[in-house]
Amino acid sequence: MKDKLIVSGSPHIYTRESVSRIMWTVVVSLIPAGIAGVIIFGWDALWITLAAVGAAVSTELIFELAAGKKITVLDGSAVITGILLAFNLPAGVPLWLPVIGAVVSMVVGKLLFGGLGQNIFNPALVGRVFLMASWPKYMTTFTRPFCDTVASATPLAALKEGKVLEHIPYWDLFIGNHGGCIGEVCILALLIGAAILFIKGYISWQIPVTYIVTTGLFMYVFGGNGFFKGDWLFHILSGGLILGAFFMATDYVATPLTAKGQIIFGVGCGVLTAVIRIWGGYPEGVSYAILMMNAATPFIDRYTKNRIYGS
Amino acid sequence: MKSLVKEFTKGIIRENPTFVLVLGLCPTLAVSVSVANGIGMGVAATFVLLGSSMIVSLVKNFIPDKIRIPCFIVVIATFVTITELCLKAYSPVLDRALGIYVPLIVVNCIVLGRAEAFACKNNLASSFFDGLGMGVGFTLALVIISAIREFLGTGQVLGHTLIKRFEPPFVFGMPSGALLVIGLLLGLFNLIKDRKR
Repeated sequence: MKDKLIVSGSPHIYTRESVSRIMWTVVVSLIPAGIAGVIIFGWDALWITLAAVGAAVSTELIFELAAGKKITVLDGSAVITGILLAFNLPAGVPLWLPVIGAVVSMVVGKLLFGGLGQNIFNPALVGRVFLMASWPKYMTTFTRPFCDTVASATPLAALKEGKVLEHIPYWDLFIGNHGGCIGEVCILALLIGAAILFIKGYISWQIPVTYIVTTGLFMYVFGGNGFFKGDWLFHILSGGLILGAFFMATDYVATPLTAKGQIIFGVGCGVLTAVIRIWGGYPEGVSYAILMMNAATPFIDRYTKNRIYGS
Repeated sequence: MKSLVKEFTKGIIRENPTFVLVLGLCPTLAVSVSVANGIGMGVAATFVLLGSSMIVSLVKNFIPDKIRIPCFIVVIATFVTITELCLKAYSPVLDRALGIYVPLIVVNCIVLGRAEAFACKNNLASSFFDGLGMGVGFTLALVIISAIREFLGTGQVLGHTLIKRFEPPFVFGMPSGALLVIGLLLGLFNLIKDRKR
């Protein structure tokens, strides 16, 4: 009886929403993209995802037991980190790679900062960038869809290397019939998941829309031979932009709180992504763009703080 | 005598320049790629520390207070030049590996920090042991960091392969790996300090 009496200030509106409910909904919203990844790249995609999730959850459990902290494994955030990390890996990586990546994600990206709500960077991206810097050989070897062993460059990597691009139809980019990471290729499945989050009201439009529009616009202006000739639709549909914009740039913890701040965040991500894609050393810039803007989030929050009414 | 021992040992753990005072991070980040580099940098910095601490403590009464920092820098720069020329003459390989970071010992905050905080207020013997302790502490820190980085980044320590069939994560050979290792070690030191209290 004692637990049921909650003493708090008004307004006394009861909501069934909770952190773990939101987190598990995000997990559900990622399932379509996971299924698409398994269909496109085969069972390897599933094993990699399970390995990453298992490693992320057990890392959190072991760390919290060892540190004598409250066990927060069931809130689902570790599961999301594992899934997002796996979605950012090529399907041909050895199984130890997602395991190490998940451990680094959880320990360095989240637990050492004090757990969920305290991390300054998106944990899954911390893990991905760590793997990218550590084992670039595995991280840039992509398998061709619908057959196991043949290596294939992502459309963006081919573009970066200056190869003459056989024109990939936009439809193939949209349904994911091209080389890439497990969870980023099928835009259709990602949009289904994003729609779930929008309908539930768990993510707001500011970050994803400004992010995608800015990247597309920047690419249209600077991405082609001469101004205003860039293939903006290709750049929106390829790489990890959709996955990043809807599922990683909308992380509650490491992004600005106010609508104004979120617009700044989205525009910043978009500009950085486009700059890295056009002039940077890597073919893809989504993860670095989001991490850099994560780092800028405290400053954005400070300058976009809502005025207290009456002050 | 007891106090001299204390001056010496405080630099090793209790006031370790890298992990507790958090000084001299720039060379630490830059040269801790391999244990050999780490030892070389540590010894070079220890020599400069010893020399400058002793000279500063000897001449402290003749230095006008307002221009003491430039005076310290002149003393430090002298010892750095000696170190650099010796390295170039006797160990060109190490000199090439350490590169710009040998002349940069001039602005290493540990050296100036000890001159300002300790040597200009204490006698010769205490300053000698303070400099030695700080130098040893710095060297030890460098060796720990560079051993971790060399092992994880290349699978070797001092050029010997420890584990076969090990695919090293390259990130530890890069500056980002240095920041990661130093950050984790700093956290570990703070954790141990908190537990002790």
